Amino acid sequence: MKTVTYTIKDELGIHARPAGLIVKLANGFKSDIKLAVGDRSGDAKRIIGVMKMAAKQGEVLTVTISGEDEDAAAAEIQKFLEVNL
Amino acid sequence: MQTGNGKGVFAGIAIGKIFVFKKQELVIVRGTANTVEEEIERYKAAKELSAKQLKVLFDKTAAEVGQEEAMIIDVQLLMLDDLDYEEEVLRKITEEKENAAYAVTATGEEFAEFFASMDDPYMKARAVDVGDVSKRIAMNIQGINPDGIKMEEPMVIVAEDLTPSETLQLDKNMILAFVTQKGSSNSHTAILARTMNIPSLVGADIEITPELNGKLMIVDGNSGKYYIDPDDITLDEKERRRKAQLQQKELLNQLKGKENVTIDGKKINIYANIGNPKDVDLVINNDAGGIGLFRSEFLYLGRDSAPTEEEQFASYKYVAEKMNGKKVIIRTLDIGADKKADYFGFAEEENPALGYRAIRICLDQVDLFKTQLRAIYRASAFGQISIMFPMIISVAEVKRIKEICEEVKEELIKEGHEIAPHVELGIMIETPAAVMVSDELAKEVEFFSVGTNDLTQYTLAIDRQNAKLDKIYDAHHPAILKMLKMIVDNAHKAGAWAGICGELGSDTTLTETFLRMGFDELSVSPTFVLSVRKAVRDTDLSKKTTV
Repeated sequence: MKTVTYTIKDELGIHARPAGLIVKLANGFKSDIKLAVGDRSGDAKRIIGVMKMAAKQGEVLTVTISGEDEDAAAAEIQKFLEVNL
Repeated sequence: MQTGNGKGVFAGIAIGKIFVFKKQELVIVRGTANTVEEEIERYKAAKELSAKQLKVLFDKTAAEVGQEEAMIIDVQLLMLDDLDYEEEVLRKITEEKENAAYAVTATGEEFAEFFASMDDPYMKARAVDVGDVSKRIAMNIQGINPDGIKMEEPMVIVAEDLTPSETLQLDKNMILAFVTQKGSSNSHTAILARTMNIPSLVGADIEITPELNGKLMIVDGNSGKYYIDPDDITLDEKERRRKAQLQQKELLNQLKGKENVTIDGKKINIYANIGNPKDVDLVINNDAGGIGLFRSEFLYLGRDSAPTEEEQFASYKYVAEKMNGKKVIIRTLDIGADKKADYFGFAEEENPALGYRAIRICLDQVDLFKTQLRAIYRASAFGQISIMFPMIISVAEVKRIKEICEEVKEELIKEGHEIAPHVELGIMIETPAAVMVSDELAKEVEFFSVGTNDLTQYTLAIDRQNAKLDKIYDAHHPAILKMLKMIVDNAHKAGAWAGICGELGSDTTLTETFLRMGFDELSVSPTFVLSVRKAVRDTDLSKKTTV
């Protein structure tokens, strides 16, 4: 299992557009990918769940990845968060 | 490739994508008579179709508006695939035994409510997206095109049936062909197809499903066949024939500006029929010598109240001015029967073709009639207008009409309106009664115009709208041809002229017959003007014939 933590810098937080991009990215991996922020959590492969989390600027996002391609997934997600959020 | 048959109502070939025309109403009810599996299947098919539509919308938005806007559609696409959403929809179908459209709508509402309750204003706005997606799937389940009846490219319209007011909603430049399940070759869709010069089929054996949308279809108005998802060989062959027909059309274009005269020098007027002031451009483009039938009832249809005198005046004046001194024959209101306007509040009739319609309504509701006549007479100052009255059966009717016309003229002059010094009055001959008393009628009017559609219907006792009777609906029936001869002879004896404004006028197999009978005018759909001209110019009446 891999864990990525990231403090959201984007002023809108994880709004629709990045949520869509995260879901697309997550669906590219076989691993089970969960997102958590504060007391809210969701499946990174389900758009409505990700959007419902309503992660905001300044909050710490924790991504938990487990599965056969978890290393690659963790690296890609880390990169994605830095570029987009 | 899927093939089938219909009745071709305009010769020619159209090739294009299908647009399924459905009444645009989403009606959500509870429960279902179908099995759970069937409802799941309907949901899945609609979801797949929705995804296809959204992808098209995404590309279009990305190209025309921008990536940022397109992402919103991308989010909708992801919502469509969202497992939380889908699980809830399937739960409602499986456990609550709901129909797919209800399950989707209710799930959409629940999710939208959640978004709406979030304190982030941006997320609140996403309620709209989940609502939109649900509405799209529900509409697709019910076979309604969620993107409306706006077409981006010319398409083949496939429909159960089309009413005159429905066809008004369609952009005529975007219609390649009509294919309808219902309707006979004399229905309104068929007449519209002929007016617009587009190959069409009525009474087609086609199963109308939303999946047809966007599929390629060939409509062959010559053979009455259609092909969906055609193979390459069929497509090539039909495309070649389509091009050949376009060339023929081009040839006819060369006849523009030429006289309507036979080889031996007999002339005839070829006018055009229109149903809408906008059609005047078609009349001019096809080089018609005038308008032989302006169906004024279309000003009354597809609206909530009768057009005012001013509205009508504007339409008639527009047409008269556009025609620039050429004759414009306006037929007074011909509603009832198969053309109804709800605001008149007419009772349902057992037998509308034989009922309260046309001149019968006008002579009963004289105020309504006078409003129209006032508008026509006022417009007469702006061009060469004639007036024609439909559904006449007796001399007494014509005498009464003439009295009313005199009253209207006097009132207008008293009010200081300018009207033309002479407005020609004529009648439609479309009842067997009018034919039989045409000698008497001819003394009362200046012209006759034969409405062959109704005349054939009444003479042969065949309902025009009944597709089952198409086989025996013989427009060339000797009874009709004898009547035509009688009408023209009686007109000429009294010094009146005679024309034909029914569909038969454009039948070029009869052009020579009409010329020999002595008809002075043929009024046809604008797109037939040049082919009838060709037929006239190819005729030599000095040669003996068996006709």
